[in-house]
Amino acid sequence: MRTEDTTVISKSGNRKVFVKSPLGWVIWGSVAFFFINLLGVIGTVVISSFATEWFDGWLPSGWTTKFYLTAWQDYQVPNLLRATLKVALSVVTISILVGTPAAYVLARRDFPGKKILMLSFLLPIMLPPITYGIPLATFIYSLNLGGTLTGVIIVNTVPAIPFVILVLSPFIEQIDPKIEAAARMCGATTRQIFIKVLTPLIIPGLLAAALLVLIQTVALFELTYLVSGPGSNTLVVALYYAVFASGIRPYQAISAMAVFYMLTTFFILIVALRYVNPTQMVSQARSVDSK
Amino acid sequence: MSEVNTKASSFDFRLWLADHSIDRLLLLAVPAFLAMLAFFIYPSFYGAYLSFHPMDKSGALGNYQSFFGDPYMRESIWNTFRIALPVSLINVFAAVPLAVRLRHKVRGKRTINTLLVIPMSLGTVLVAEGLSMYLAPNGWLNRTLLATGLISEPVQLLHNFWGVIISLIITGFPFAFLLTLSYISGINPKMEEAASTLGATSWQRFRYITFPLLTPGLAITFCLSFVLAFSVFPSANLLGNPAGDSHVLAVAAAQAIFTQYDYSMASAISVITGVLELAVVAAVLVMRSRLYSGSTSGGKG
Repeated sequence: MRTEDTTVISKSGNRKVFVKSPLGWVIWGSVAFFFINLLGVIGTVVISSFATEWFDGWLPSGWTTKFYLTAWQDYQVPNLLRATLKVALSVVTISILVGTPAAYVLARRDFPGKKILMLSFLLPIMLPPITYGIPLATFIYSLNLGGTLTGVIIVNTVPAIPFVILVLSPFIEQIDPKIEAAARMCGATTRQIFIKVLTPLIIPGLLAAALLVLIQTVALFELTYLVSGPGSNTLVVALYYAVFASGIRPYQAISAMAVFYMLTTFFILIVALRYVNPTQMVSQARSVDSK
Repeated sequence: MSEVNTKASSFDFRLWLADHSIDRLLLLAVPAFLAMLAFFIYPSFYGAYLSFHPMDKSGALGNYQSFFGDPYMRESIWNTFRIALPVSLINVFAAVPLAVRLRHKVRGKRTINTLLVIPMSLGTVLVAEGLSMYLAPNGWLNRTLLATGLISEPVQLLHNFWGVIISLIITGFPFAFLLTLSYISGINPKMEEAASTLGATSWQRFRYITFPLLTPGLAITFCLSFVLAFSVFPSANLLGNPAGDSHVLAVAAAQAIFTQYDYSMASAISVITGVLELAVVAAVLVMRSRLYSGSTSGGKG
């Protein structure tokens, strides 16, 4: 009873300090400053994509949507979208199918060599993609898969599989092993246990992992950039080339291209945030520590 | 006779396997491990092997000698650290006060978290594209600063060090914050309450309770932020001066492979990048292991 009282007091006390202290204002000011600048960055892109001309002044001198058509045709956005979708969906499917059983083993069993196995899944997260991306790209080219969709899918599964494992392991750990034991007692095979008992229980985890891998694959630049070629470029790589070679096409078309990319990301993000908590976006990183 | 022997030994072996809980179930991890073996472990060794076989046949250490012998290349190490270290420190230390404020249920927490996810998922390329217009001399930022009279000349923030730094803060801070928040939420609030009952001020509670318990988590947050900032490729190329002070290791490696087609040299630069990056991570983790590493959940015991 007494402790509960203190809790209430300290909580209300916290809230008061929270509003009044100068430090609180500094913190909220910084957050507001961050978001204003972020809005400025995104706003600049969106507004410039609708501009007839925008060199001086707060806003463009006129408005047009014609650059969306230019971008759509010149950058072959339909092809890019198709390639991005194929790559992302393949990566999600492969990494879930390959990662889930491994996550199960790592969550349930202790065996010699487990640490080494864990390390092989952690290193791709602890290393910058460009470090292992360059030898990997060389290897992909030596397999004659450079510039192909297959090559792009392969390189993107390298960070995706560990991601799935690290996101799913905590979900599986939460499930009571007695449920599996009971199913086995009733004569279920391992396969049946997996499909009929475990899968329905880890659906939230699977959904979270799939959506997070989807977001990551759409945004992952370095690995795709190193192996993709014409026909297998994803949106983000095409956007990079467009910005890098700015001057060839009007800047409004590049902005329109960026808007296409943003819309794709926002669409996935809105779907994802219905099922995934924002802090789960970093949960794979957190498990680096517990393993 | 020999048959019996093999039977006995195979039986023992099975027993040994069972003792170490090795059974058929472990086969489930095999596909994932094979994927890592084929597309991560093998290529990494292959890359290391390639780096010792220079294309100009200058001997095993040829690539490394030419890298460290060339002041321009050597400087790319300094350029990388000059960007990655301050950025990861800023991101982590800016994340702490905000995470402390938002550790309990606060109104607007979910909104802030959701908004912070946006720059993270948009990625470095889009942020770089937006910043290249936003930070321009005629962009909104300079326009605002000029209008408020804070500056009389537009500030040059593009094609130099600052553009890269700003871009890495915009994409890296949300990551550092969400990670710190997930660590801080794991600390049992009862500990702080106990300190509060004993008369500790809010600063003392933070300094002597929350911060020490949070430090191991901050070390990991720093490491992962450092990994993100260490591969600054798109922002260095689009916002920095990739021939000058943004000639970072990632840019040097990409140039070796795309403009000189020297995959051996590119592999050598990747090896150097990986070794340096892991050295920093290892140093941080060693320091971390000397810190308190007990339970953060409190309770009796």
